[in-house]
Amino acid sequence: MKVTLKIWRQPDAASQGAMHTYELDGVSEDMSFLEMLDVLNEDLVARGEDPVAFDSDCREGICGMCGLMINGQAHGPEVTTTCQLHMRSFKDGDEIVIEPWRADAFPVVKDLVVDRGAFDRIIQAGGYISVNTGSAPEAHSVPVPRDDAVRAFNVATCIGCGACVAACPNGSASLFMGAKVTHLGELPQGQPERDSRVVGMVAQHDAEGFGGCTNIGECTAACPKEIPLDVISRLNWDLHAALRHGH
Amino acid sequence: MATTTLVTGARASRSTITLKLLMAASGLVFILYVLAHMYGNLKAFAGHDAYNEYAHHLRTLGEPMLPYEGFLWIMRAVLIVALVVHVYAAVRLGHRAIHARSQRYVVKKNLASSFSSRWMRWGGVAILLFVIWHLINFTIGKVNVAGGETNDPYNLLVDTFDTWWMTVIYLLAMFALALHLHHGTWSAAQTLGLTNNARARRNAKALGWILAVVIAGGFSLVPIFVLAGVISK
Amino acid sequence: MTDMPDTTLTGDPSHDAPAEHGDDAVGYYTPGDPISDTKSPEGPISERWQTRKFEARLVNPANRRKLDIIIVGTGLAGGSAAATLGEAGYNVKSFCYQDSPRRAHSIAAQGGINAAKNYKEDGDSVHRLFYDTVKGGDYRSRESNVYRLAEVSTNIIDQCVAQGVPFAREYGGLLDNRSFGGVQVSRTFYARGQTGQQLLIGAYQAMERQVAAGTVEQFTRHEMLELIVVDGKARGIVARDLVTGEIQTHLADAVVLASGGYGNVFYLSTNAMGSNVTASWRAHRKGAYMANPCYTQIHPTCIPVTGSHQSKLTLMSESLRNDGRIWVPKSKADCDKDPRQIPEADRDYYLERIYPSFGNLVPRDIASRAAKNVCDEGRGVGPEVDGVRRGVYLDFGAAIERLGRDAVEEKYGNLFDMYARITGENPYETPMRIYPAVHYVMGGLWVDYDLQSSIPGLFVTGEANFSDHGANRLGASALMQGLADGYFVLPHTIRDYLVDGPFEKIDESHPAVVEARRSVQSRVDHLLSTNGTRSVDSYHRELGNIMWEYCGMERSEDGLRKAIDLIRTLRDDFWRNVKVLGTAESLNQSLEKAGRVADFLELGELMCIDALNRRESCGGHFRAESQTEDGEALRHDDQFAYVAAWEFGSDPDSGGMGLPVLHKEDLVYTAIEMKQRSYK
Ligand SMILES: Cc1cc2nc3c(=O)[nH]c(=O)nc-3n(C[C@H](O)[C@H](O)[C@H](O)COP(=O)(O)OP(=O)(O)OC[C@H]3O[C@@H](n4cnc5c(N)ncnc54)[C@H](O)[C@@H]3O)c2cc1C
Ligand code: HEM
Ligand code: HEM
Ligand code: SF4
Ligand code: F3S
Ligand code: FES
Repeated sequence: MKVTLKIWRQPDAASQGAMHTYELDGVSEDMSFLEMLDVLNEDLVARGEDPVAFDSDCREGICGMCGLMINGQAHGPEVTTTCQLHMRSFKDGDEIVIEPWRADAFPVVKDLVVDRGAFDRIIQAGGYISVNTGSAPEAHSVPVPRDDAVRAFNVATCIGCGACVAACPNGSASLFMGAKVTHLGELPQGQPERDSRVVGMVAQHDAEGFGGCTNIGECTAACPKEIPLDVISRLNWDLHAALRHGH
Repeated sequence: MATTTLVTGARASRSTITLKLLMAASGLVFILYVLAHMYGNLKAFAGHDAYNEYAHHLRTLGEPMLPYEGFLWIMRAVLIVALVVHVYAAVRLGHRAIHARSQRYVVKKNLASSFSSRWMRWGGVAILLFVIWHLINFTIGKVNVAGGETNDPYNLLVDTFDTWWMTVIYLLAMFALALHLHHGTWSAAQTLGLTNNARARRNAKALGWILAVVIAGGFSLVPIFVLAGVISK
Repeated sequence: MTDMPDTTLTGDPSHDAPAEHGDDAVGYYTPGDPISDTKSPEGPISERWQTRKFEARLVNPANRRKLDIIIVGTGLAGGSAAATLGEAGYNVKSFCYQDSPRRAHSIAAQGGINAAKNYKEDGDSVHRLFYDTVKGGDYRSRESNVYRLAEVSTNIIDQCVAQGVPFAREYGGLLDNRSFGGVQVSRTFYARGQTGQQLLIGAYQAMERQVAAGTVEQFTRHEMLELIVVDGKARGIVARDLVTGEIQTHLADAVVLASGGYGNVFYLSTNAMGSNVTASWRAHRKGAYMANPCYTQIHPTCIPVTGSHQSKLTLMSESLRNDGRIWVPKSKADCDKDPRQIPEADRDYYLERIYPSFGNLVPRDIASRAAKNVCDEGRGVGPEVDGVRRGVYLDFGAAIERLGRDAVEEKYGNLFDMYARITGENPYETPMRIYPAVHYVMGGLWVDYDLQSSIPGLFVTGEANFSDHGANRLGASALMQGLADGYFVLPHTIRDYLVDGPFEKIDESHPAVVEARRSVQSRVDHLLSTNGTRSVDSYHRELGNIMWEYCGMERSEDGLRKAIDLIRTLRDDFWRNVKVLGTAESLNQSLEKAGRVADFLELGELMCIDALNRRESCGGHFRAESQTEDGEALRHDDQFAYVAAWEFGSDPDSGGMGLPVLHKEDLVYTAIEMKQRSYK
């Protein structure tokens, strides 16, 4: 099939970007979306044009490296990652608009590549359990109710892709933060640092320039791991608790 | 705006979530107020004397513990504080949101968000404008658009809504209020951390619908029935 | 050294290197002195690690701050090491090419992690895990290392649980286990199908905590392109900032490579797009020995290739083989029919036929080879790619009938969904198609018991080293090894080296640094200025085809010789005719790829030489010349019970690759007796 691609091109962070249009023929529906872009890039290289830069690594939906805004939807029209989206979700003659994640906290590096370092710093600000290597007690000394473990797992599947931020009208990273706060907060091991964790993470989130959440819910709809809105409620709850505890 | 340094000395009270908490608390005050106000308005169906009696009663409520209009002033103080807080937080958060995405998308679809959630800021402004006019109309200025008397609350009310465009303005405002309540109720529950599972979330959303319909609907009854001639002098 | 990088061919088979019995690689390499591991203590195997930990000298806590350690890689092996060494108070610099440490390819591991906890009281023990791993590795691993791995495996679970890794649990709140990879005990800990992800996030968080504490400095989107060796010691790296293109020097007292596996030499593999051999290969060129490079693990249950656009292959959990039945049509004529129209009598359930006792559950290498054989016969199914159908059916029809669709969905639902998303077919209705794919490499840089390479001060952990899996890795053991190395082994062994530091200060003007930077710069310049006609990907794809065809599931003398010639020609062409656009001073993904492919082009040749040298079949390495009458792998312990540690043979005259030098490390088993595997 044949598609018309409108792609954001921007040489580097400092330059102005613009949308460019490319026609691509011979696209097979078995191609993944990124393979389709690979083919475009081979074409561009053959023509002597700079290939389109975009991020991907595992290409199996788990590393969180890929992420494009496709026709106004983060990761495109299916609930999955960009790398797991396939061309059979499109049809012959479609026009596909491809943009990078837009958030001032995720500056564009080049074309469709953005810098998500802010997420690492949010984790640095408290998204962990402090336990030095070798000082852990025997694993079975602290039983964890199965439901808690399952719930912790469900939200721990966040891949840090940033689609939640990209989709949120406020550019908020609350779903990402909430997922981590809930993951660690569900487990007995995570209790001692519960207050300082949420306070540190939220402060970093705010300093990075993400917006505040107004519970709009676009984030969860775009999330390839279907992290539910519960986690934002939980995030808020934990922050109030920290306030009460004088943090 | 991304920073590359880690925040030191983080304080919970400085966070966006605290702003949201203030917003939810003041929003809840508003909800309680409009609920009570809506109920009070329905006294209009009981006729001239009952309604004016009620208006008077509001002013003497709590006497002799409180001076004349004491209760009203306490309530006004609470409302004013809530309004200042609510608007302050709304402006701060709105400002952040604008700067969180200064480069907009060429194409952006909304998938899950309700219409009401996307209209909170404009809806809030609409309500604010409405309230200003409303106070000029009924409380501070006592403007009778029909040119009639202004010191009889019941008659002022009936004169106002006998004017068709006043009724339209009010009904539009009630629509804005309904939207605000629809999202606001659920949003406040989420902000307060009360929606930790799918069921609680459903309930909060249902409550949003109920409050929106009951409050905005309840308010609308009086203007509609005045215009229809059911309530008259 | 000229600026024209390394293309000249010097490995002429007619060279008169001394012949050895049964050695087909004569003439492709120079025999070197035997080597041995001098760090593993003598004595009973169960005491060696305790002894080593005690004997390794201690670094005074006050001195640790003055010691700099570079860690390349943030996967399980590198992330855990960065966290632990940071906690200990060293100055750590951590590098990865992705935009965040959390994206390292360890994240993709699905199945689980082994540990000898014996929570099930089913007869597991450190010794049994040790035994299973050595046997699974087809007696080609070093026993002291494997024993230590089994020994520290239990600590890993404790550590991860304390970090908040949400392992699967039973209703009583205790950890659940499953059995995995054909072993008879349940010792695999798992977090649904995302164990690697959860373990990596644990290590990542521990590392980020140290970043906040200031002991670890993290360099993302930085690629190591050269090792700096001063006076025979590893003293730093040259890295390229992938965003700005800046070539940077980073100096340290020790360097740790935890850069993962090189399965991408095959172009199509289950590895991430960026997985590469560059870090290891650059170290190899500076003197680190590369051990057993030909040992590759091919996983039988991957989603088949659909066309030439394919960029990578996706693994589906091995657990599918528990209930799915594997078959192909008996007759070639049926291959393009709808499988549902093919009657039972015309189907060949070949694994059940050839291996009646293990059936569909034979080990990975056997299942993979059998699939290749039936496809080579022309009985493969699915779309033709390059004229051959490469796929076999994995059929759940019987399982759905027996257990009901709901039960099958409950067990395998997410895998079925993934399959449906990728192929567009509904596996509940038509049988899935699977084909083997390169998945893991057992080979890697040679290390001693201390995980130190043949260059002092260069340590290698995780999949990048060769140490623990012999010729074949058991399921759920790579995660165990990565974390064992990073959390519990390296932090103890590296101190024995660092105690002599801080080493003499060097700076950018040191000749070794200047030379390393110059060589990186000239490579980059060369790649950008060649201005040829072929894209990097096209070279990579062609190399992958050669490797898969001749150095894949089955290797033969003729094939390998042919492959070596092909690779040399291709490499030559690459340096003359590659087309890399853009500049060096910005994000340039083609340039990144080009550098990686350049190194794969050298590695590929060494893999073939190694495979040629090893005229036996063991684990993942199957030589057509060494099989039993009924086509099973045949080991030759008398000749090949050694680790092949290859030294880079530089050829100063031509400035290129010379003949590699083979150092053999004899494998001595004191705690285990060698046996031939059989799965009939
Ligand atoms: C699909 C799949 C499923 C698997 N399932 C299992 C399983 O169930 N159980 C199991 O035990 N094993 C499994 N494995 C194997 C296991 O996941 C890997 O062997 C292991 O995770 C490797 O870890 P590592 O830390 O050595 O390397 P990786 O996790 O690959 O990390 C490599 C790191 O090195 C960095 N790097 C590489 N080159 C450079 C360079 N030149 N410069 C800078 N940085 C560099 C990368 O950025 C990355 O951070 C699986 C593997 C795959 C591919
Ligand atoms: C006076 C002008 C007003 C403005 C500018 C305003 C604006 C806003 C904004 C921007 C929000 C945040 C949107 C969100 O959370 O989704 C909000 C929330 C809310 N508003 Fe208002 N509003 C106003 C008046 C009112 C009134 C009169 C009521 C009640 C009748 C009200 C009730 C609420 C509630 C309950 C919330 C939810 C709080 C939360 O999200 O936690 N607001 N308002
Ligand atoms: C159709 C709908 C409404 C009607 C008929 C109505 C009617 C009135 C009347 C008659 C008064 C004067 C009461 C008195 O002074 O005795 C009043 C006061 C007031 N109303 Fe409304 N109202 C309506 C909706 C609203 C809404 C939606 C709000 C807020 C969002 C609101 C806020 C107020 C406030 C703040 C006062 C002033 C109270 C005081 O301080 O005395 N009203 N309203
Ligand atoms: S919460 Fe979902 S959308 Fe957001 S980063 Fe995590 S996986 Fe991506
Ligand atoms: S879309 Fe945005 S406003 Fe909150 S609920 Fe999600 S972060
Ligand atoms: S590339 Fe890893 S999730 Fe898409």
